[in-house]
Amino acid sequence: MIVLEKRQHPSLWMGYLSPLLSIALTFVVAAMVVSAMGKDPLRVLSLFTLEPLNGKRAIGEVMLKATPLILCSLGLAFCFRSNVWNIGAEGQFLLGAIGAGGMAMWLTETGLTEPGWLWVTQALLLGALAGAAWAAITAWLRDRAHANEILVSLMLVYVANLLLSYLVFGPWKDPKGWNFPQTLRFADSLSIGRLGAGMRVHWGFVVALISAGAMVWLMYFTALGARLRVGGLAPGAARFAGFSSRESLWTVLLCSGAFAGLAGAMEVLGPMGQLTPHVSTGYGFTAIIVAFVARLHPLACVLASFLLSIMMIGGELAQSRVGLPASVSSMFQGVLLMMLLTFDSLIQYRIKWRGRPSKELAKHA
Amino acid sequence: MTNALRLSLKAISKSYGNLRANDKIDLDIKPGSIHAVLGENGAGKSTLMKLIFGLLQPDEGRIFLDGTEVRWQSPEHARAAGIAMVFQHFALFESLSVAENVWLGMDKSWSLAAVAEALKELTQHYGLSVDPNAFVHRLSVGERQRVEIARGLLARPRVMILDEPTSVLSPQAAQALFAMIRTLAKEGCSVIYISHKLHEIRELCDDCTVLRHGKVTGQVDPRQCNDEQLSALMIGSAPAPLLRAPRALSSPIVRLDAVSVPALDEAGERLNTVSLDLAPGEVLGIAGVSGNGQGLLLDLLSGELTSDAALMRRMKGHIFFENRAIESLGVRMRRRLGIMAVPAERLGRATVPELSLADNMFLAESKHAWRLDHQSLYRSAHDVVDAFAVKASSPKALASDLSGGNLQKFIMGRALALRPKVLLVSQPTWGVDVGASAQIRQQLLALRDSGAAILVISEELDELFQIADRIHVMYAGYLSAPVKRADATVELIGQWMGGSWLSHEHAAQAESATLQYEG
Repeated sequence: MIVLEKRQHPSLWMGYLSPLLSIALTFVVAAMVVSAMGKDPLRVLSLFTLEPLNGKRAIGEVMLKATPLILCSLGLAFCFRSNVWNIGAEGQFLLGAIGAGGMAMWLTETGLTEPGWLWVTQALLLGALAGAAWAAITAWLRDRAHANEILVSLMLVYVANLLLSYLVFGPWKDPKGWNFPQTLRFADSLSIGRLGAGMRVHWGFVVALISAGAMVWLMYFTALGARLRVGGLAPGAARFAGFSSRESLWTVLLCSGAFAGLAGAMEVLGPMGQLTPHVSTGYGFTAIIVAFVARLHPLACVLASFLLSIMMIGGELAQSRVGLPASVSSMFQGVLLMMLLTFDSLIQYRIKWRGRPSKELAKHA
Repeated sequence: MTNALRLSLKAISKSYGNLRANDKIDLDIKPGSIHAVLGENGAGKSTLMKLIFGLLQPDEGRIFLDGTEVRWQSPEHARAAGIAMVFQHFALFESLSVAENVWLGMDKSWSLAAVAEALKELTQHYGLSVDPNAFVHRLSVGERQRVEIARGLLARPRVMILDEPTSVLSPQAAQALFAMIRTLAKEGCSVIYISHKLHEIRELCDDCTVLRHGKVTGQVDPRQCNDEQLSALMIGSAPAPLLRAPRALSSPIVRLDAVSVPALDEAGERLNTVSLDLAPGEVLGIAGVSGNGQGLLLDLLSGELTSDAALMRRMKGHIFFENRAIESLGVRMRRRLGIMAVPAERLGRATVPELSLADNMFLAESKHAWRLDHQSLYRSAHDVVDAFAVKASSPKALASDLSGGNLQKFIMGRALALRPKVLLVSQPTWGVDVGASAQIRQQLLALRDSGAAILVISEELDELFQIADRIHVMYAGYLSAPVKRADATVELIGQWMGGSWLSHEHAAQAESATLQYEG
């Protein structure tokens, strides 16, 4: 029978090979599933990998989708490294959208739309604050009541979703919107500047890249980052050193909530231009996969965000051009995460074949 | 001659890296004998049992069962061959019944009903009194142990190993256990009884092998020996104290005043009105078997428990530093006062195994404002490695790459570099080779001579006799009065480690604490 045996030292090779093997095997599984559905696997694979990068505008779309993923995954990597399992980035994202969207709506209605860049910055900050406040609920419940942050943050996602639905179906609904659940369109000046003519990608992308750099600095060059890393690697050592677990809990959750909220705010003030129930296509959850593929390192989060962004766009293309169902995209993301967790286990363990005990005992009888 | 023995180990050796846990051990168990394996913690008993039970493979030596040589690859083999082991820590599912728990561990040919039937027969035959349908969460510790024993007995073992079984039992329950063991032995099963309690061994066992530092120091009939002879084999004679400067008396810098911390459950450590004085320029030793409250004492003094609000509420008494009550201060504040702790767990508590030595300096430093100064950490690590002769490739070496002895030298050096006024050390040379142990003890003495106050918690009496000025013994959360090194003998301390110094009422309290949990 097959046995997992703990290695003496973690395997360095597997540390690097694991993400690569996972990606490769995900594509293999994808090809198999797709051909079982009667579609041409090579065409689908090229839709997932090459098509999204076909041309300046396409690359712009990849960058656009990568922006919220980078921001959310940076915050999540920060949390996960400290053993705080924030699964509610999606909810914090939505609160950010609600915060910024609400402010933009009020500004548009009252005509306070100039100077655009000043209001946009404030709205983005409000969105970040709203996301942080949403995450603070989880932090507070874990701090005071030892509530499991996985459950609380996840359940708050549903609350956030319902809150958004309530607002866009109810008090914030555009009276001139033919009864569609959406707010009015925000004034043109209240949108984040584009990075190029004809492209939807905006300055938020640059902010995301800068945030990645800021995260690297925070985690590896500040005493706070060192305390958080120790707390994540060895909680016993953090206690020994007198590091406050309360400090780390609040820091990572507020930070992660702010990043997710900022991402939500950027979505709403960027490509969407209004609030609808479909502000997020699951960015908060996809970011969890991004964080793990990136092995929780900030710079790798950027690369992994691009990978997942390409996969998401590939999924949309596969739907429209080849007729694959909408769930194909999330299915591949799930397979990728599964493969990653499987191969990651080979870093600490190796596979060995052991004969069955009864057979071996017969040798000794 | 070998054919007459149930179990025979010949020249068994096992090393963990540099540490020779078992060194050419011979062990001969006769059929139907109750054979004690006696030794202090760290003597090599658990490694030896793991070898017999199939959890480990010996590096050298051979094992014979009823005259045939055997080599087990796993505990399943050993169990199938007739070796049963009852561990100190039970592996039972609380939400299932006794029969279900035992049934889970059997091979698939047994049905739940058959298991329940067999258990009923067993309990009648051996007087075990365990109800197969009872749920484990309702059982007391003693009853759970009986379940584990029943589980072992179902396989009709030829050798049954019991690891410190009375550590969780009241005296009455221990007597019931002894009756069961005698019945078992009469039927021909050999029993290996691991313990460090001399009176039990003399009462119960007919044969005894004594281990010390991985070697066999003697095989005797315990009924013919007295406590001193057994102690001498187990602990050896007291070594001479290391050279030290004469000590001038001064007023204590740390005082514990009737500190009590009740335990939350039967297995938890507790402290019962512990009072002690620690003066500058002295080494105060705390002897005793681990688990009697020493760990709790260290954690309380280091400040790590201050953030545990529930525990602090349960705590009574005061901790004074320079006449100031400091119970409510956390680790950082206490370090600023000059109190530094070196815990027994090196990897995962004193250091982070995945980080380098330079990064691990961060756990003890308090200089950094908000910026992390990598150079300064590197330099401090380099200084420690140099000053304390730590064998590491560089300060960038990971903590997990260092051997136990070198890591301990690093941890000590890191603590000493802070020039603490009070140093609290637990098991300073556990698992460390002889050379490094001597160096570490010299460092402790040098620190003492420079005027610091040192508290050393150690299971190794040798060590305490070498470096301590005064020695306390800890038992069941109670702390004995201190004994000056000149007045202390191995026999006295050895007896105290068994709790003989407790006054009648305290002894009764200690027993009733376990009685509550015994049905």
